[in-house]
Amino acid sequence: MSEAVLNPVAEASVSREESATISPRRLIWLRFRRHRLAYLSGIFLLLMYIVTGFCEFVSPYGTTTRNDDAINAPPMRVHFFDAEGNFHLRPFVYAYRMEVNEDTWMREYSEDTNRMFPIRFFARGEPYVMWNLVRSDRHLFTTEEGGYIHLFGTDQLGRDMFSRVFYGGRISMSIGLVGVVLTLVLGILIGGIAGYLGGIADRVVNKAIEVLTSIPGLPLWMALSAALPAHWSPLLVYFGITVILSLFGWTGLARQVRGRFLSLREEEFVMAARLIGADTPRVITKHMLPSFSSHVIATATLAVPAMILGETALSFLGIGLRPPVVSWGVLLFQAQNPLVIEMTPWQMLPGLFVVLVVMAFNLLGDGLRDAADPYSTAGAK
Amino acid sequence: MRSYVISRLLGMIPTLAVISVIIFVVIQLPPGDIVTSMLDRLQAQGVDTTEEYVQNLRAQYNLDKPLVLQYFYWAGNLLTGDMGYSHLYSRPVNDLLWERLGYTLSITVSALLFMWVVALPLGIYSAIRQYSIGDYLMTSIALVGVATPPFMVALVFMHIGFEWFGVSTGGLFSPEYEDAPWSWGRVVDLLSHIWLPMIIVGLGSAAFTMRILRANLLDELNKPYVVTARAKGVSPAKLILKYPVRIAINPFISTIGFVLPALISGEAIVSLVMGLPTIGPLLLQALLNQDMFLAGSLLMWLAILTVVGILLSDILLAWLDPRIRYE
Amino acid sequence: MTDTVLKVRDLAVDFKTDLGTTHALVDVGFDMPRGKVTAIVGESGSGKSVTANCIMRIIQPPGRIIGGTIDFAPEAMDPFEITSLGKRDPRLQELRGGLISMVFQEPMTALSPVYTVGNQVAEAILCHRKVGRKQAWKEAAEMLERVGIDDIDRRIRMYPFEFSGGMRQRVVIAMALVCHPEILICDEPTTALDVTIQAEILTLIRDLQRELSNSVLFITHDIGVVAQLADQVVVMYQGRVLEIGTVRQVLKTPVHPYTKGLLAAIPGLAPKGEPLATIASVVGDTDITKPYPMITLGDGRQVSLPREQVQGVAG
Ligand SMILES: Nc1ncnc2c1ncn2[C@@H]1O[C@H](COP(=O)(O)OP(=O)(O)OP(=O)(O)O)[C@@H](O)[C@H]1O
Ligand SMILES: [Mg+2]
Repeated sequence: MSEAVLNPVAEASVSREESATISPRRLIWLRFRRHRLAYLSGIFLLLMYIVTGFCEFVSPYGTTTRNDDAINAPPMRVHFFDAEGNFHLRPFVYAYRMEVNEDTWMREYSEDTNRMFPIRFFARGEPYVMWNLVRSDRHLFTTEEGGYIHLFGTDQLGRDMFSRVFYGGRISMSIGLVGVVLTLVLGILIGGIAGYLGGIADRVVNKAIEVLTSIPGLPLWMALSAALPAHWSPLLVYFGITVILSLFGWTGLARQVRGRFLSLREEEFVMAARLIGADTPRVITKHMLPSFSSHVIATATLAVPAMILGETALSFLGIGLRPPVVSWGVLLFQAQNPLVIEMTPWQMLPGLFVVLVVMAFNLLGDGLRDAADPYSTAGAK
Repeated sequence: MRSYVISRLLGMIPTLAVISVIIFVVIQLPPGDIVTSMLDRLQAQGVDTTEEYVQNLRAQYNLDKPLVLQYFYWAGNLLTGDMGYSHLYSRPVNDLLWERLGYTLSITVSALLFMWVVALPLGIYSAIRQYSIGDYLMTSIALVGVATPPFMVALVFMHIGFEWFGVSTGGLFSPEYEDAPWSWGRVVDLLSHIWLPMIIVGLGSAAFTMRILRANLLDELNKPYVVTARAKGVSPAKLILKYPVRIAINPFISTIGFVLPALISGEAIVSLVMGLPTIGPLLLQALLNQDMFLAGSLLMWLAILTVVGILLSDILLAWLDPRIRYE
Repeated sequence: MTDTVLKVRDLAVDFKTDLGTTHALVDVGFDMPRGKVTAIVGESGSGKSVTANCIMRIIQPPGRIIGGTIDFAPEAMDPFEITSLGKRDPRLQELRGGLISMVFQEPMTALSPVYTVGNQVAEAILCHRKVGRKQAWKEAAEMLERVGIDDIDRRIRMYPFEFSGGMRQRVVIAMALVCHPEILICDEPTTALDVTIQAEILTLIRDLQRELSNSVLFITHDIGVVAQLADQVVVMYQGRVLEIGTVRQVLKTPVHPYTKGLLAAIPGLAPKGEPLATIASVVGDTDITKPYPMITLGDGRQVSLPREQVQGVAG
């Protein structure tokens, strides 16, 4: 009795021992779960990757399908009540009624309450081949033959913005991932070499990082992507852009990896591993890498937005990806013209997705970093 | 302090040298060169060219020399301020460059000032009133601000401009001053236009630095030296400004290092959207037309701007923080 | 009894954190005799620093004073109560650094790295007296010399990071004393220093106390220091006061089992060759976590124990 009483930390130390039996990975996960916004962002991103991964199924149309009845038409509203106020269990949209404004010669759209298109879920529609593999014509939602649905409106060729946004998301969001993998490889390799070897290698890498970070990124990317041969296939251009973005994106990661290596080098367990005769690659992979992989994951997460924004900016300028490829940047390229923004503001919707996804990645990365290192001071919460 | 400045100035030289090599390599990358694209153009116009003419042209651009020599010619010309001749605009690059560089500089610098003026008070407020409604509001706005690329901001502003005011928001001058020589009126006109690109370019960076400042300040607020000062009887307002803010501002200033390249990138793309006569649109035209001489010089100047900016921020930092000065 | 400069009664402080509420202080009460050294001893986490911070009113959220009074009777002003001072009360600013000042545990981080030593010491003067900058620097230099910093013309323009730990603590002491406060609070001023420097700083504090004859509240967990320095001792444990008495009373004939345990655990005092006692072995069966009201014994000392246990002692 008095034993426990006299030791005010007795209770605390019990739980401390318990927490010692939790693996570090699990501890990080527990801490991460407490960052509610970061957790939600993670779920949102996962959803976005799934949705854009299956965009053929999710979107009602392909990227090039035109609807001649709907040129530059605004987003449709989904109704449950019709014009007479009757309730319909199956949601529906009204057809567009188009008039040409006599003064401006512009098309103006309103809802034609006489023609209603009920929304069918998991119904047959436009055929597609998913991932060049699976042939199907099932869509998450569509309308019956003869109807149409444009939840995000259409562009100047009458193409469905909703479908294009999700097809574009597949490209834009995957560039982020592929680019970050490249960045990771470069960053860990270069930063690791600098940090592990130290000395001249370290100084060279440091200078390289200093140089690369002091060149304004976008102009340089512009120059490089303008250098991509015009005859390249879309796939090659896609990888070209990704490589360009990672070529200048590795500096942040390398700097972090280097710092970690430098401090880890001095730490006892690495020393101990070396004393018992473990060779260099083994020391790196077995002892040094795992101990900061969580930091690397956090930094990598924070590097994805730069990739996505880079692709978007380049394509927006017309020197990144080009039509017929669809990406968020390509879509926004069409929205560059002030007149387009004025007449069809819904063409800026891809931008909204860019912002949401980038924000989610930032939040997720912040949360991961806090979870990996609760004492880090680098980021705002 | 003086030795610090001198050593940083000397350190700048190799940095710029390496940058110039990188840029030179980049502008060599596209297949073909100036002469081939000139010949293409001539051929398209139906002009026949002799082999001798081509040889002369190549010699004129030093294209007949080895690459390394070509680099030294290019770098040498840059050093002497002769940036060659733009065959796209049929004018010396120098003529094209200076005015546009001036606008780029004014927009970037004013965006930087805007960023500070906004981020500093808001960051301080949000840190010392942590978890207040104002703090939540500001951190949420900052979160969106960081995630919004400058060209999206520009598009949104243009949309708002049309929708609410029915005005076009592009350009740096009113039509009557567009080609007028410099006068007081033109300066005022410039100022009355430049605020919009300034805000658009600076917004994201302001949000970013605000978050940095807030985080730094939160870290500093309960440090022992602040408690000491409070126990000394320093008044609350002075306490915050003199102690934690003064320390938290250091990393805030060193973020210029990566805010500046971002600002310059942002400025380039915003200028394209808004049709501003700065380096950005010129660079894009040069790249699209493979006028690599022009593109290279422009890139080099943007890099010089950034490097000098970073140098200035480093010196400012050393001046503010004795720990750096005494290293 | 001597005249009392500070009277703490029923002081209670809570810290509300994610993990629940910590009662950092529970009904703490003691008196500080004027012109004497009062020591607070207790193990880590017993609430010594929190008590000191309450007196300076520098408890920061999540901490909050939830009850009790601190009556302060300065010579220079009418007496007032500290815990009820409004945030904008001019007496609060006067209190901090003017009437009461504090030397902290951590000299390495107690000074801002971006201002010179002279600036930070002179600031204390400028905060409390209407004197010019020149005069303030002159007085700061005098005080710095007095705490043992030589080559003052050069050193006063140096930055804290150019000073050693011991020198920084001297600077902090100079900063605390430069306004001639009536009470000097020292919160473990030597814990972070080398042993040799500890002794120097202790001697310095004692000499200055005799010279300036102010009252000192000395916080420590080192009984040896208490014996050297203090006139009166307050023993704290888990946010409560267990025993109060003169140095002689508390160190020679402790009443409370916890105090006895504390003393038995000191290397120098135990008989040679025997293993050191742990506090637990000495305390035995008494449940010291239970709060008991303070009882005043005949010889003036106070102890927090059930009445029947005290009967045999000194009664
Ligand atoms: N900032 C804080 N947040 C939460 N709890 C705190 C905080 N500061 C103090 N406490 C609580 O108050 C108790 C007393 O702390 P205090 O700092 O007064 O201990 P101390 O006696 O000065 O110990 P030490 O000898 O280690 O300095 C601690 O056990 C802790 O539970
Ligand atoms: Mg303490």
